[in-house]
Amino acid sequence: MKILVCISNVPDTTTKIKLSADGKTIDTAGIQWVINPWDELSLTRALELKDDPAAGVTLVTVAHVGTSSSEPTIRKALAIGADDAIRVNAEPADAYFVAAQIAAVLEKEKYDIILCGIESSDYNGSLTGGIIAEFLGIPSVSSVSSLRIENGKPVIVREIDGGKETLTLPVPFVAVVQKGIAKEPRIASMRGIMTARTKQIRVYEPVAVNPLTEIVMYEKPAPRAACKFISPDNPAELIHLLQNEAKVI
Amino acid sequence: MEKDKLIRSGEFLIKETSASDIFIPEEFNEEQKMIAQTCRDFLAAEVYPAIPQLEKGDRELMKSILKKSGELGLMGISVPEEYGGFGQSFVTQMFAAETTGAGYSFSVAFMAHCGIGTMPIVYYGNEDQRQRYVPKLATGEFLGAYCLTEPGAGSDANSGKTNARPSEDGKYYILNGQKMWITNAGFADTLIVFAKVENDRVLSAFIVESSWPGVVIGADEHKMGIKGSSTAQIFFNDVKVPAENMLGKRGEGFRIALSILHMGRIKLGANVLGAAKKSITDSVKYANERKQFGVLISSFGAIKYKLAEQVIRCYAAESAVYRVSKDIDDMMEILKAEMPDKGRAAIEAISHYAVEAALLKVAGSEMLDYVVDEAVQIHGGMGYSAEMDVERSYRDSRINRIFEGTNEINRLLVSDTAMKRAMKGEFDLFGPAEKIYNNPDESVEKLQDNDGYFNRKKKMIRNMKKAALLCIHGATKKFEKGLVNEQEVLNNITDIMIDTYLAESLALRVEKREGMKGTDPVYRDIIDVFVYDAAFRVRKNASDAICSFASPDEAGRLLEAVEKFTRTDCLNVKDARRRIADKLIADNDYKF
Repeated sequence: MKILVCISNVPDTTTKIKLSADGKTIDTAGIQWVINPWDELSLTRALELKDDPAAGVTLVTVAHVGTSSSEPTIRKALAIGADDAIRVNAEPADAYFVAAQIAAVLEKEKYDIILCGIESSDYNGSLTGGIIAEFLGIPSVSSVSSLRIENGKPVIVREIDGGKETLTLPVPFVAVVQKGIAKEPRIASMRGIMTARTKQIRVYEPVAVNPLTEIVMYEKPAPRAACKFISPDNPAELIHLLQNEAKVI
Repeated sequence: MEKDKLIRSGEFLIKETSASDIFIPEEFNEEQKMIAQTCRDFLAAEVYPAIPQLEKGDRELMKSILKKSGELGLMGISVPEEYGGFGQSFVTQMFAAETTGAGYSFSVAFMAHCGIGTMPIVYYGNEDQRQRYVPKLATGEFLGAYCLTEPGAGSDANSGKTNARPSEDGKYYILNGQKMWITNAGFADTLIVFAKVENDRVLSAFIVESSWPGVVIGADEHKMGIKGSSTAQIFFNDVKVPAENMLGKRGEGFRIALSILHMGRIKLGANVLGAAKKSITDSVKYANERKQFGVLISSFGAIKYKLAEQVIRCYAAESAVYRVSKDIDDMMEILKAEMPDKGRAAIEAISHYAVEAALLKVAGSEMLDYVVDEAVQIHGGMGYSAEMDVERSYRDSRINRIFEGTNEINRLLVSDTAMKRAMKGEFDLFGPAEKIYNNPDESVEKLQDNDGYFNRKKKMIRNMKKAALLCIHGATKKFEKGLVNEQEVLNNITDIMIDTYLAESLALRVEKREGMKGTDPVYRDIIDVFVYDAAFRVRKNASDAICSFASPDEAGRLLEAVEKFTRTDCLNVKDARRRIADKLIADNDYKF
C-alpha cells in the first residue's frame, strides 16, 4: 500500500496578512511558511500507518505544487518522516490547476491512497481533493476523520450530519481528511532533519492547464465599529437606533 | 578562516572586524531553522501545557519531558556523531539554546543536562568514559548534573572541601563531601563531581553515578523562580568511585570546571535571548489588547519606549552572541586540525573566547532582567498575577545573574582576562592604550559630514573603545598589580567593553543585513538609539574610572578627552524608539 499526501505551503496561521497597494496580491515579505495544518495531520496519520506493520504501508510520499521557494516546507515534511517527495514546478494558481497537476503526476506514479486536507488555511477552498478524484475517475471520500487499514482494506470513518459513517472502498481513492485524523502533528526529530537532506524530491514540469479562476482583488474585513452602550432603563433609544441607524428592525 | 585572521579574545578593543567576517542570524540555513522549529514545537507540545504541574514540583513529569526531548534527539545536538549525537556546529548549538531558552524551568533542566552535565565527558573524557556515558546522555537514557558549588565554596570554587581519598589497592577513590545548588539533583543518573585528591591544592573531577552506595540526594530547595527544576544538595558518604572514572588528570579539575563555565556562560547568553523574545511578544500582545482611556495602551509613548527598549537590548545582545559563536566555530576548526583530541580542541576553542563568554553572560542576563521587569510593568496589575506568563518570567530570569558565575565575578573576568591575555602577548593592548592616554586628542577620530552611515557609527564606536583603552592605561599605571583589588574600576572598564562589543556587533550585523536584504530604516533606528545611549554610559563609566585613579590635574585633561571620545549625533530618540515600537506593535510578535 502506497500513500500520497498532498501538501500546501501556507502562511503561518498567526500571520497578519498584508495586501499590495492595488489589492491584487498578498505581500509575502516576512511571512513564515508552514505545511497546511490539515495536510500535516494527514501526513501524521500516513506515517502512523507506516509505523504499524499490520497496515502494510510501504511508502509515504508528499506531493506539492509550487516553485522552488516552497522547498523548505517540503523538507519539513521529509524531516517529519515522509520517504520522498514530488514537486510540480508551478505557482499554484487555483484548486483546479493544482488538482490537474497532481492528477497528471498520478498518471505517471501509482499510489493507492491519496490524502488531501479538507481545506488549506490560506484560501479555504475545500476543492482540490474532489477535483483530483474527478480527473482520475476514482472515488473520493470527504470529511474523513479516521483511516485504518484492516486485512489490507482501508476502513474510513467520516463525519455525516448527526453522526458517523464507516465505509470501505477499493484503492485507489482520494480521502479528504479533517481534524481528528491524527491527534497532534508530529515534531521533526533531529534524526529526521538530518536525513531529510538525503531524501529525493522529484520535480515535474507542469502540464498545460488554464486555471478556471482569476483573482480580481482581495479585501480585508472592515474594522469593527465601536460598540454603543444603551442604558437598560432606556429601551426606546435601543429601538430607535435599531430602526433608524442599524436598520435591522 | 586562517588563524591569524581570526580575532583573539578581547582583541576587539584594538582590532577592526568587517561585516563580511561576522555571522548574523539572518544567515541561518534551512536545516538550522528546522532544528529551531523542532525546539519551538517541542516547547509548545510538551513543555508549556505541563508548566503549572512542573511549577508544583512534579519532578517525575520534568524527568519524563527531558526523556522525550532526548528521544527527539535534542539532547544530542552538541554531541559528536561518534557518540550518538548529531555533531552540530557551535552556531547551531547556540540557536537551539536560544530557542529552548523560552522554556522556563525546563530550559534550565535541559541546558544543565546538555551542557554542564554532558559536555565535560565529551570534552575531557577518555575514549572509554565517552563510550560508556555519552551515548546514554545524548539520548536521555541517562540524565546528568554538575556538582561544583559547596556551602563554603561558591564564587571561590577551588576552596571546596569535598575530598577523594585513593583506596589502598588504588582501584577506587573514596569520595566524601557535600555539594549544593545542584540542578537536576533529584533525578540525575550521572554527576560530574569536583573534589580534591588527598591534600591536593587544586581540584580533580570525577564521573559519579547517583545509584552508587553513599550518594544521598537532599530535599529540593524552595526557590524564587525556576520552580519546575530540581535543585538540591548532594552528599557523598564514603562513595567508592572507580579510579577509571576520574575525568581528565589528577589536579585538572579546576581547569575543567573553569572551561565548562566558559561554555555554560556563553550558552546562557543564547538562552536568555529566547526567554527575552518570549517576554517581548507577551508584552506587545498584552499592550495590543489592553485599553485604557479608550485606547490601546500600545499607542502611548511611555509604553512604546519600553517596548522599543526591550527590542533594542535584545537585538544588540543577539548580534553579539552569534558573532562570537561563529568565531568559536572557526577556532574549533583550526584547533581540531592541530590537536589530536577533538573534544579537547572544542573546549579549547570555547575557552579561548573567555572574555566574550563572560561579557555576554553579564550583558545577556541583565538584558533579560530589564525585559522581564518591563514586561511585568506593561502588564500593570495583571503582571503581578501568577496567572500571567510574565510573572513567572520575572522570577525565572533572576537566577541568570547568579549562576554560571555571578555577574560580579564575570564583570571582573571581562577586563581582567583581556588584560592578562594581552600581558601574555596574545595581542598588543597596552601599546595603543599608552599612546591614547598620552595623546588622546591625536587619537580622536573626528566625525565628518561625508562619513557615510556605517563609517560614522564605526568611528563613534572606535572612539568609545579608546575611552576604555585610556582607562586601562591610567588604571594599570596607577594601581599596577593592585588593580585586581580595584574592582569598581575594573567594572567601569568592563561596562565600556560590553557597550562597545555590543554596539560594534549590532552595527556590523545591520550592515551585513542591508547587503543581503536592502535598507530597512527601523534597523538603523536600533543602531542609532543603542550607540547614542552607549556613548552616555561610556562617558559615565570612563569618568567614574578616571576620577578614581587620576590626580585632579590629570583628571581634567582625561575627562576632556572622554568627552571627545563619546561624541555622537543629536538624535530624536523619541521618534526613533516609536518607529521601533511601531514595527513590534504592527507585527504583534518579536520579528526582528
